[in-house]
Amino acid sequence: MRRHKSTSFEPRQRYADTVRLLALMVLTVFASVWASHAFADKLAGGVIAQKGGAGITACLACHGSNGEGQAAAGFPRLAGQHQAYLVKQLQAFANGQRKNAQMDPIASALSAQQISDVAEYYASLPGWKPNAKPVASAPQAVLGFKLATSGNWSKGMPACFACHGEGGAGVAPHFPSLAGQMSTYTRAQLKAWQAGTRDNDPQGLMKSVAIKMSDEEIAAVSLYLENPALNEKVK
Amino acid sequence: MMSGWLKNWFESQKQTRKFHPFWIVLVVTATLAVGGLVWVSTYLFKIEEVPAVPAVAASAAPGQAGAQTGNLPTTAKPSLLSVEHDFSPPDPDDIPEGEFGDVIRLGKNIFTDTQTYAKAYVGNGLNCVNCHLDAGRKPDSAPLWAAFGMFPAYRDKNKQVNSYEDRLAGCFRFSMNGKAPPLGGKEMVALTSYSYWLAQGAPIGVALKGRGYPELDQPALAPDEVRGKVVFEANCAICHGADGQGTLVKGRYVFPPLWGSQSFNAGAGMSKIHNAAGFIKANMPLGQGGSLNLQDAWDVAKFMTSHERPADPRLAKK
Ligand code: HEC
Ligand code: HEC
Ligand code: HEC
Ligand code: HEC
Repeated sequence: MRRHKSTSFEPRQRYADTVRLLALMVLTVFASVWASHAFADKLAGGVIAQKGGAGITACLACHGSNGEGQAAAGFPRLAGQHQAYLVKQLQAFANGQRKNAQMDPIASALSAQQISDVAEYYASLPGWKPNAKPVASAPQAVLGFKLATSGNWSKGMPACFACHGEGGAGVAPHFPSLAGQMSTYTRAQLKAWQAGTRDNDPQGLMKSVAIKMSDEEIAAVSLYLENPALNEKVK
Repeated sequence: MMSGWLKNWFESQKQTRKFHPFWIVLVVTATLAVGGLVWVSTYLFKIEEVPAVPAVAASAAPGQAGAQTGNLPTTAKPSLLSVEHDFSPPDPDDIPEGEFGDVIRLGKNIFTDTQTYAKAYVGNGLNCVNCHLDAGRKPDSAPLWAAFGMFPAYRDKNKQVNSYEDRLAGCFRFSMNGKAPPLGGKEMVALTSYSYWLAQGAPIGVALKGRGYPELDQPALAPDEVRGKVVFEANCAICHGADGQGTLVKGRYVFPPLWGSQSFNAGAGMSKIHNAAGFIKANMPLGQGGSLNLQDAWDVAKFMTSHERPADPRLAKK
């Protein structure tokens, strides 16, 4: 801080300081615009989710007011799912790689920006938290736990959590979280892979697991995943 | 006319009582039956030849001439009876209660979660189960039940007869880039107990089907890194990362690193291309074992083994 030693500034130095100050101001403006833009994305996404838009049904009608889904109808939970995964699925519905009569027209009506916004919004909502409600019967919980944590290698089937992460929390961006998802939806997806009606998974990784599963295994693991005991081992 | 003569001869021979023509039929049938039995059993029991040149396994690794093999102890072994039947280890749910059961369970925990249960002896981010799938039970991923009955054995790697604990120590030093737990210590006893329990009912000194990693045929073209990189990006990068450094979540590897400071070292069996190719062909991509063709498996193994990794500790000592 040499300049403080002198009582008056040289004109040249004053000029340099002004440039520095200006640069700082521009940077601050850019940073705040960028930050508020990111925040605006989430807000815009929230509006689509709650109110819908031109040709877009509000998502909450089916996916619940907090993105928690609807068990009876098999509308999946979206809250807390990774943004990149949600974007990928919305794009897949829009371009026909994934088919669903209810989702296809909605996803097709969303612009690329809206897809990104609404995915941002759902990813930011609090995800599933373990709860005390037991969902699976005891033998199903044991089988479900085993498949999720150890797989069934006699059929060459790896553990679900080997790809979907510990406790089924997911491994962004390619491996979605499964924990807390409603069993009706999980079961339907596993069946869809078996039937070949869902096939947008990278490298066929999920398909090669699903086709090895028996109906009994699908039922057990789907129920288990609805409320996987994260720490306490079912046994 | 001919048949008439035959009939006469047949009848006349019957009268001698020393020789009944049906005996011919009997003898022929018996020979066929015995021959058939021998022939069929050669399918079940195959006598393997002793390799004439001990270094045969090492030379199977192109471009690695003179390198140490992390291979099965093939040298100086007596002719092996390899039983081509599947041995099924018991279900982990059936580990008994009680004190022995507790030690077996500890062994399983060390094996599947080495980072927690034997941290002091590990120098990288791996767990034993990363290379020995299904908690050391899966055939063709060097399962423990097939290894247990094959030791003590002479190993070319350290030029001496190794006990089973010595073999475990080898994977700690090289695959885990760490140091061996003390012989007879808690970890060794637990891992040996778990292996013993898995191997119950398996014969001793018999190379069971599914032991080790499969020995692959040589590829049509010499393994190539450039082609291997393409295979890697299409099939492996999604899990192991484009940089091969694995995928870390909350300080733990969901997908283990294939090279770099957190992976196995240059003395490890997996750093030898023939082991890597065999493992990859049989087990990777996860859940899709056997899906890569032979050439792709060798190429991607070449790509993987040609990256930087921690040095071979035996060379560092010199
Ligand atoms: C009419 C009911 C309905 C409405 C409205 C709806 N969805 Fe869906 N959504 C579904 C159904 C049903 C599925 C399951 C599709 C399947 O089974 O493949 C689904 C699936 C999804 C998925 C895939 C989830 C996953 O885990 O793979 C996403 C993402 C999604 N919806 C987003 C939205 C968004 C964003 C909106 C609002 C713009 C919306 N949905 C509105 C019914 C609806
Ligand atoms: C080899 C890796 C792998 C394993 C093992 C695996 N999965 Fe998956 N799974 C995937 C991938 C990749 C996707 C994402 C598919 C996509 O992008 O469309 C997926 C998606 C899913 C989905 C769809 C989620 C959604 O929100 O739509 C379900 C349900 C699922 N997996 C269940 C399971 C279950 C149950 C198991 C164990 C029995 C399992 N997975 C094991 C790789 C795997
Ligand atoms: C980086 C991969 C890797 C890791 C990690 C690893 N191993 Fe190994 N292991 C190998 C290879 C390679 C072989 C040699 C297999 C062959 O020659 O076919 C082997 C062989 C073995 C064998 C002998 C198998 C036989 O049939 O002779 C045992 C026992 C063993 N490992 C135990 C362990 C234990 C215990 C750990 C953890 C402390 C461990 N391994 C970690 C790669 C690994
Ligand atoms: C779906 C995810 C996935 C894909 C794709 C995949 N792997 Fe793996 N890989 C794993 C997991 C998980 C393990 C550890 C297995 C265990 O602990 O049960 C592993 C272990 C390994 C190991 C031994 C451990 C280590 O770190 O060295 C090697 C080598 C390996 N994989 C190579 C490959 C190669 C080469 C490919 C491509 C041909 C591939 N993998 C594709 C998930 C994957």
